[in-house]
Amino acid sequence: MRQWKLVLAGFVLIAAWPLLVHDVFYQRVGALVLLAAISASAWNLLGGYAGQVSVGHAVYFGTGAYAALVVYTEWGWPPIAGAPVGMLVSMAIGLVVGTPTFRLRGHYFSMATIAAAELARILASNWPLLGAAVGLMGPPRPRSLADLSFISPVPYHYLFLAVLTVLLALTAGMQRSRPGYYLAAIRGGDRAARSLGVPVLRYKLFALMLSAAFTALAGSLYAVMVGFIDPDSALGILISVKMLIVAALGGAGTLFGPLIGAIILVPLEETTNALFGGGGTGITFIIYGAIIVLVARFQPGGVAELWRSATARSPRRAA
Amino acid sequence: MILLQVVVSGLLMGSVYALFSSGLTLIWGMMNVVNFAHGDFVMLAMYAAFFAFTLLHLGPAVFIPGAAALLFLLGVIVYLGLVRHIAKGPPLAQILGTFGLALVLRYAAFWAFTANFVSLPDNLVGGTFDIHGLRIEASRLLGGVIALLITLAMHLVLTRTALGSRLLAVAEDRNAAMLMGIRPDRMQAIAWGVGAASTGIAGALIALFFYISPTVGESLALIAFVVVCLGGFGSVPGALIAGLAIGVIEALSAYFIGAVYKDVLVYSLFLLVLWVRPQGLMGTT
Repeated sequence: MRQWKLVLAGFVLIAAWPLLVHDVFYQRVGALVLLAAISASAWNLLGGYAGQVSVGHAVYFGTGAYAALVVYTEWGWPPIAGAPVGMLVSMAIGLVVGTPTFRLRGHYFSMATIAAAELARILASNWPLLGAAVGLMGPPRPRSLADLSFISPVPYHYLFLAVLTVLLALTAGMQRSRPGYYLAAIRGGDRAARSLGVPVLRYKLFALMLSAAFTALAGSLYAVMVGFIDPDSALGILISVKMLIVAALGGAGTLFGPLIGAIILVPLEETTNALFGGGGTGITFIIYGAIIVLVARFQPGGVAELWRSATARSPRRAA
Repeated sequence: MILLQVVVSGLLMGSVYALFSSGLTLIWGMMNVVNFAHGDFVMLAMYAAFFAFTLLHLGPAVFIPGAAALLFLLGVIVYLGLVRHIAKGPPLAQILGTFGLALVLRYAAFWAFTANFVSLPDNLVGGTFDIHGLRIEASRLLGGVIALLITLAMHLVLTRTALGSRLLAVAEDRNAAMLMGIRPDRMQAIAWGVGAASTGIAGALIALFFYISPTVGESLALIAFVVVCLGGFGSVPGALIAGLAIGVIEALSAYFIGAVYKDVLVYSLFLLVLWVRPQGLMGTT
């Protein structure tokens, strides 16, 4: 019961964050933490729960981001209307990418996902509909409320919080139902899962499509908030890597791991960017890299694992 | 004639690809760990060559072996400090470990050397050979031939020497090798050293005729993955043939459909091969 009180306290704190801090910088960091938590939690469905480590999730993030701005540039729709389009297209892409690559195990799968994402990046960089190498811009100034274009980060904070809550509730529900157990079995090993009668390919695809849809939603939300995307900021390999790092630092395959990872990493990134200006990108990724090397070396289960061993007295299901 | 020209330059580039991919395949074959920082090792070697020339005024005859020695050391350090510990961990930890290393190396280079492209002077290995109308730059010829010879030498060392047998024994069965008095840890450290040294030589060779930037390793790493997947994991001859093939395919697609799309063709081919033959063209497992 104690845990649920803790979760509730955390939720209240996150919900109250923009009201507690008045500085726009901190409010913006809060919104970005939630956005990173959404994409990392979406990655977690496939990479954590099903154990299929994708290093190419930028494909889905980019699909969502581009969908949001393409519906604006082509038809003048409000960008957020592109979100469902992006989610559907992402699920279709997931099906196409997943069907062949899920025959691969371990590193082979990870490398195939990198190649698929780089392929998408190069194609987008040369496709005029997507603005080629220049990228796309959202509405320069809001035409109506539907454009969701706000100067203050606070509305985004609550929008992202709502999406994250839905995603985590869905994940929690899945964890304790048949698909969740199937995915845990798949994570333990394809062959063993199959011998227990788990339809391995179907459930991997299920995890991938769910993961792709929410990653695309995160991409759309990003495009709505930032109002500008280009091939590197929507489809770059670092987008994929960030999702993986955030989830793995917090604890891959745990419900709150990605959120914890985002709470640690995003403020760090924003602070270094603020401190070092444009040159900060380099420093940020040196720090990112160093953190994941250390996590891999000393704490492969992520921060959530620390928590788990600290509260080892309470009985727990084996993962 | 132009077609022949394109194929020859593809083969020369391909033999350099084969060289650093052999290093990746050796590491993979030895301990089933992918080095996601492999391309960044090549990048470091390129900068090592660049600074050896610009700051220390050393020529290729010195900086090529120098880069090999430097990277050998780096490989051993990375193995002892990181890889040895994550090799037994979950797959995610393995990916994170070397991926994190790649980020650190890439952005440390970014920070230290700036994002600007640099290159060695064109005339460092000067001249162009003209063989019945077939024009080959001396630097590329030198790079291709040295890379080819070293890749073959690696294969011979692995198959014909006691050290090679010990390495392969550890790759085959760690415990059985240990019972034969082989120290697996030492062998794996050597494999990482040799694998990294191959990127050292390859990087110094590429630097002779290619631009140098902190992110150049990214696409080189992908090429190495493609080559290793095509050639079969752990197979040096496989890497050689696949490396040459990728070099030629790249050159032909750059010539026929444009330079921006050469990677598109290579990556598509990679996905296609993984699809129809997940064990690689020449792999057995």
